[in-house]
Parts: sequence; C-alpha cells; structure tokens
Amino acid sequence: MSRIDVMKTYKLYINGAFPRSESGRVYELKNAKGSFIANPCWASRKDLRDAVVAARAAFGGWSNATAYNRGQVLYRIAEVMQGRAAQFADEIVAQEGLTPKQALAQVEEAIDLMVWYAGWTDKISSLAGAANPVSGPFQNFTTPEPIGVVGTFIEAKPSLTSLVGSVAAIIASGNTAVVIASEKFPLTAITFAEVCATSDVPAGVINVLTGKTPELVGWMGSHMDVDAVDASGLNSKQLTELKIAGADNLKRIHSFKSAKSPERILAFVEYKTVWQTVGI
Amino acid sequence: MTEFEYAPALESTSILNLQSDYNLFINGKYVPAKTGKRFPTINPATGEAIANVAYADLADVNAAVAAARTAYEKVWGKMPAAERGKYLFRIARILQERAREFAVLETLDNGKPIRESRDTDIPLAAAHFFYHAGWADKLDYAGLGANPKAHGVVGQIIPWNFPMLMLAWKVAPALAAGNTVVLKPAETTPLTALLFAEVCQQAGLPAGVVNIVTGDGVTGTHIVSHPDVDKIAFTGSTGVGKAIARAVAATKKSVTLELGGKAANIVYDDAAIDEAVEGIVNGIFFNQGHVCCAGSRLLVQENIQDEVIEKLKRRMSLIRVGNPLDKNTDLGAINSAEQLARITELTSTGDAEGAERWSAPCDLPSKGYWYAPTLFTGVSQTHRIAREEIFGPVLSVLTFRTPAEAIEKANNTPYGLSAGIWSEKGSKVLWTANRLRAGVIWTNTFNKFDPASPFGGYKESGWGREGGRHGLAAYLKGGKN
Repeated sequence: MSRIDVMKTYKLYINGAFPRSESGRVYELKNAKGSFIANPCWASRKDLRDAVVAARAAFGGWSNATAYNRGQVLYRIAEVMQGRAAQFADEIVAQEGLTPKQALAQVEEAIDLMVWYAGWTDKISSLAGAANPVSGPFQNFTTPEPIGVVGTFIEAKPSLTSLVGSVAAIIASGNTAVVIASEKFPLTAITFAEVCATSDVPAGVINVLTGKTPELVGWMGSHMDVDAVDASGLNSKQLTELKIAGADNLKRIHSFKSAKSPERILAFVEYKTVWQTVGI
Repeated sequence: MTEFEYAPALESTSILNLQSDYNLFINGKYVPAKTGKRFPTINPATGEAIANVAYADLADVNAAVAAARTAYEKVWGKMPAAERGKYLFRIARILQERAREFAVLETLDNGKPIRESRDTDIPLAAAHFFYHAGWADKLDYAGLGANPKAHGVVGQIIPWNFPMLMLAWKVAPALAAGNTVVLKPAETTPLTALLFAEVCQQAGLPAGVVNIVTGDGVTGTHIVSHPDVDKIAFTGSTGVGKAIARAVAATKKSVTLELGGKAANIVYDDAAIDEAVEGIVNGIFFNQGHVCCAGSRLLVQENIQDEVIEKLKRRMSLIRVGNPLDKNTDLGAINSAEQLARITELTSTGDAEGAERWSAPCDLPSKGYWYAPTLFTGVSQTHRIAREEIFGPVLSVLTFRTPAEAIEKANNTPYGLSAGIWSEKGSKVLWTANRLRAGVIWTNTFNKFDPASPFGGYKESGWGREGGRHGLAAYLKGGKN
C-alpha cells in the first residue's frame, strides 16, 4: 500500500501566529479538475479586527526600523521563498490550472519581484523627497513616510506575483499589511505567510486572512484604524462599496495594473514637510 | 507717563471699482445667472451688504463645464507648454500690479486685516502663479515619468478664509499642468475671484480656460457630480470632504482634499519663551484663527506653563482688534454670523466642560461679527475644544511633562494637517518632528507658506498636497502624490 500524504491545514496568519478563524468557519477548495484540495479558513470581521490590531501594534517598530534593515528583511523573504519554490509551484498548478513549467515561471518572477522591492526601501526618500527653496530663512524638506496600516485585496491570477507585488510595495516604506487573499486561489498566500513567519518579518507586519471577499470589503472599508487599501483585487462594485465605507476616515484607496511599479510604494506614503528655522 | 494712542490709519477703498451687481465668469465673459438669481455678499466688519452676486444653478455649472471642456480640447490642451507658462507669468505680474486693489477688496469681503491681505495673501497668490508658470514646460521633470498628462476639466471648490490665496493654490497648478478649470469661490467671499476673472481677461487668457461660478454648497455639489468633470479639488471642512469622497466613489474622478486640522503647537521648557509666545500668537490669531492649520492646541511643558501663560496673556492684551482696513489692526472680523455662532457654541462647551476661559480685554465694534482673542486653560484631551476645529481666535492650552507625552497628545486626533515645535535643542526638534503624524511641521516658527513647499495633511486632514513638486502631481495623470 502506498504511503498516505500528510495534508496541510491552511490557517490564518495574525500577529506572527497561525490561528483558525474565531468563527470556526472554513470553505472548501477544489482544484481545476474538481477534486478536493483544502478547507482554508473563512475569516470573519473579528479576525479582520484582530489582524488590524496586530498590524497597528507592529507599525511603530517596523516604520522606525532603518531602511537598510527593512531591505534585508524583504530580501530574506525572497531567500526563503526560493526554498519553497516547489511548494508554491504545486499550489499554482493545482489552483490556477497552469503547467508545472508555467507555474515555476510565476514563482521565479515573484521571487525576483520581492528582490526588486527589497532594493527600493533605502531609495524611496531620495527619489520622492525634496528640498524646497522657500523664500525665507528656513530649511524646508519634504520626506515620504509610511502611511500606517494598509489593507490589500489580492487578485486571483497570477496569485503569487499579485500577492508579492502588493505586499512588498506596502511594507517597503514601513507600512504594515492586512492581506485578504484571493477567495478563489488563496493557497499561495498561506504558504507565503509561512515564509514570512520564518523570514525575520516582525510579528504583525504582515497578516494574512483567507475567506469571502464580498463579506470583508465593507468591514475593511469601515475600519477606522485602517489608513489605506490596495484594492487591485476588487471588482468595480466592490471598489465602490469600499470607497463609500472608506470615506468615514478618508482612507487612501488605490488600484494598480502592474505588480512591478514604484507607484505602488508611493501611493502608500504620506509627505511630511518640515520647516526648520535657520538662525543664530 | 503719557500713553500714546494709535491714530487711525485707514487704507482707502477708493482704489476699488465696486459694482452693485456681479456676474458669473463663463467662457471668457461675465454673464448673469440663467435664473437671474442673486445673493448678497456681506462685509463682516459692518454686517452690511457690499454687492449682489449671481447665484449659479445647475444650468450655469453645465455651461461653465462645457466652456472648460471646449477650451481644453480646442485650445489649452493643444497649446505648446511654454506658451501656457507665459500666460501664467502674465497673470502673476498683473496680480502684482493690482495687488493693493486685491488686498483692499479681500479685506472688505473677508474681514481680515489689511496688513495680512496686503503682506501675505496677495503676494503669496502672485508667487503661486509665478512658481507654477515655470513648471508648465518642465512637466517631464516632475518625477512622474516622461510626458505626463493633464486630467482635463478640473472642478475646484475653495473656502472663505483665504479666498484669493486658495484660488491661486488651485488655479495655478491646474493650468500649469494643462487642465482647464471651473472654480467656485466660497459663498461669503466671492469678490476677489470675480476680480481675478478680470485679470484673466487682461492677460488674454483664452476663453473657457478659467470659469468662475459663484453660489453656495448646492452649486458645489453640481460641480462635484458633473459627469464631464475629471478631477475635483476641494478645500474646506472634513465633513464636506467626506461627502465628496462618497459622492465620487462610483466614478473615475480623481480627488484632492485639503480639510480640517487641530494642530498641536508644542512648547518645550528649553524654548526661547518670548519667541515662542510670538509664535503661539501668530499660530492661533493669524487670520482670526480661520486657518485649517492653526496652532489651536497649545501643548506647553508643565514646568513653564505659568510663565508662558502669563506672557501670553500680556501679549494677547496688546492685540488690536477692530476695523480690518486699519493698517494697525491685528485681528479683524469673524467672517460671517454663521461662523461666529459656531465659535460661540463650541467655546461655550469649553466653559461647560470645565476649562477656564480668559479673553483679552478689548472693545469690540458694535456692528459686524467679532470675537475677542481667547484662551482656555485646564483643557483636557476629551474636551470638545481640544478635539474639534473651532476655526476662530480661540486657543486651548494643554500641558505635558515628557517629550513622549507631548507626542502622544499631539497625535491624539483624527486630523494630521500641521504642528509646531518650539525648542532651542536641534536634535530634540527633529526627534519630535519625526514622530508627529502631520503633513506640515514648523519648528521655531508657525504658519509659513510658500509655493515651493508642499502643504497638506495626514489622516482626516485630506488627500494629496498643494504646492511644490508634490502638489503639481495632483494635477497630472499618473501622479498619485
């Protein structure tokens, strides 16, 4: 008799731990051929709130880490992803219906994308900041700062590059992330969470929820401690719902087409201008 | 000892060519509202009407947007960028030439002291046009990649506290980036915007590039909801800002918002106290406190509180409140009866919630809308006067013991527009500036503005920046700054 595989329990990732949904709910995932793959967690509003609490708590430390340090942590994620390449590829084959070769190509692209963003952390300020020539005895500088807690809804396909492009850009400047995995193809997001847990990413900097996107859009939008949202994975109806709810605290809500763009980083910074009086 | 009194030093209004009725400015011409409806604009220093102004309804807004669209597609959008820039340079120069006329009209319509309209509002407005004129043919270098594009027609809604300056903040970058505009000045201060239309005519600006529709909040909603407006730029209250965000949620409209604030002005015990007191006064009493970035929450280190308050009261007693046209006036009129009622209502909660009120002894004029310079001590963070924007000459004083506590209290607000820091220790100033969650931070100064310096807030103080390279980006596609 052949050996029985040890199947993985796919859980949420909140504050560096892997809890199940407090609601006790799961939903069934089938592969492209219709057979059972897994029962990922069906996250609730309460899980979302726990993730935001964790992300807020992690913001101070992560945003105050040096840009060099953040760059190394992002690079470390890429290193550990490389070791898990086969697992990511298997999940992509099972879910997205790609050939193993195509799936591996996506994994390699995603790893390289993480490396690309790792190199951005200590260059954002030089490029996006400014020394402003004001008329008076002042030194006047504008510098980008992370905006805070950023939620993100991940597109279904390609599941891994979409995820990395969004999350890496969000955390590169010092934000912390609450990730809502694609409802349809969440497996790579959970494995990515396992990578984060072993990659020097401080607990709470990246939190990953799986579940039903329509259920979480409104709660993400109305949460007063979420500062911004990457809405790339939402359809236009969900985007409108998010924007209306998000107006309560004027969330910055952006969607992107390309996974690889500095615009993704710059959309989630705030510009601080400091006037320093010059004199003796 | 003889006390020398100030003699009156009134700025003459003879420079003005006031009309009894003002029209809208659409497609390069002054036209009456289609309904013929008008509303009065009041001199807040007297409570008397200055003139009647056309009230723009939906049909007028439609006409203005259509004119802006045609101008964008036929003229302005096709014009070589350098030529566009030259129009802006012309406007800047004409504003400088007619600066006194604008200053007097602004003071008459708004109630602010002539000293401020003459020395701050109008010179800065001209500077904004001059600064952005130079950007027009250099957009490729604005940090947004090559060949960034204008949005098209921009709807702009501005407040009453700096009518002409806010117009310049909105119109100059919009035109430099190649957009055309439909601008709505505030209901209570429409006159300088209508005078600006004359400047556009003198500059030979093509018809339809700038359109000015006067009216009230309803006029504003017509602009916001107009399907052919590509971008909305709004300065005003956070409540209206949120309503705009909801109104455009289902559209592709781009939006920038400059909203309210409740700025902390932090005074450490190693500050130069006399300079700090001047800064506190400038921070909250500039423009009658009608300033979104006003330093309305004084956070003073506990061990110097008594000294600072005593000096502050002495200094506040010297503030000259009265006729805004008098060149010696420091504090002018409250802009409207409505705003005065709001200040009165909010400050009464200060009394009711247990803060201690002190107002500078001064004679307020019998006509018009006035409020004496006031401070509240013993304010706690839960008091409404510590949380809500009063938008008047009222300072709430809170104390702290440690720098960490100062940061905690300063950031304890849904707003994040501005902040001030007073200390003679450079490293402490920067430590504090790094931790404040606000878009503009003044160290050992306050309420400084410059076209080259980005202005705008964190959190519920708005979306985007105005001024500098970052402000320009808001008027270009691809720019998410």
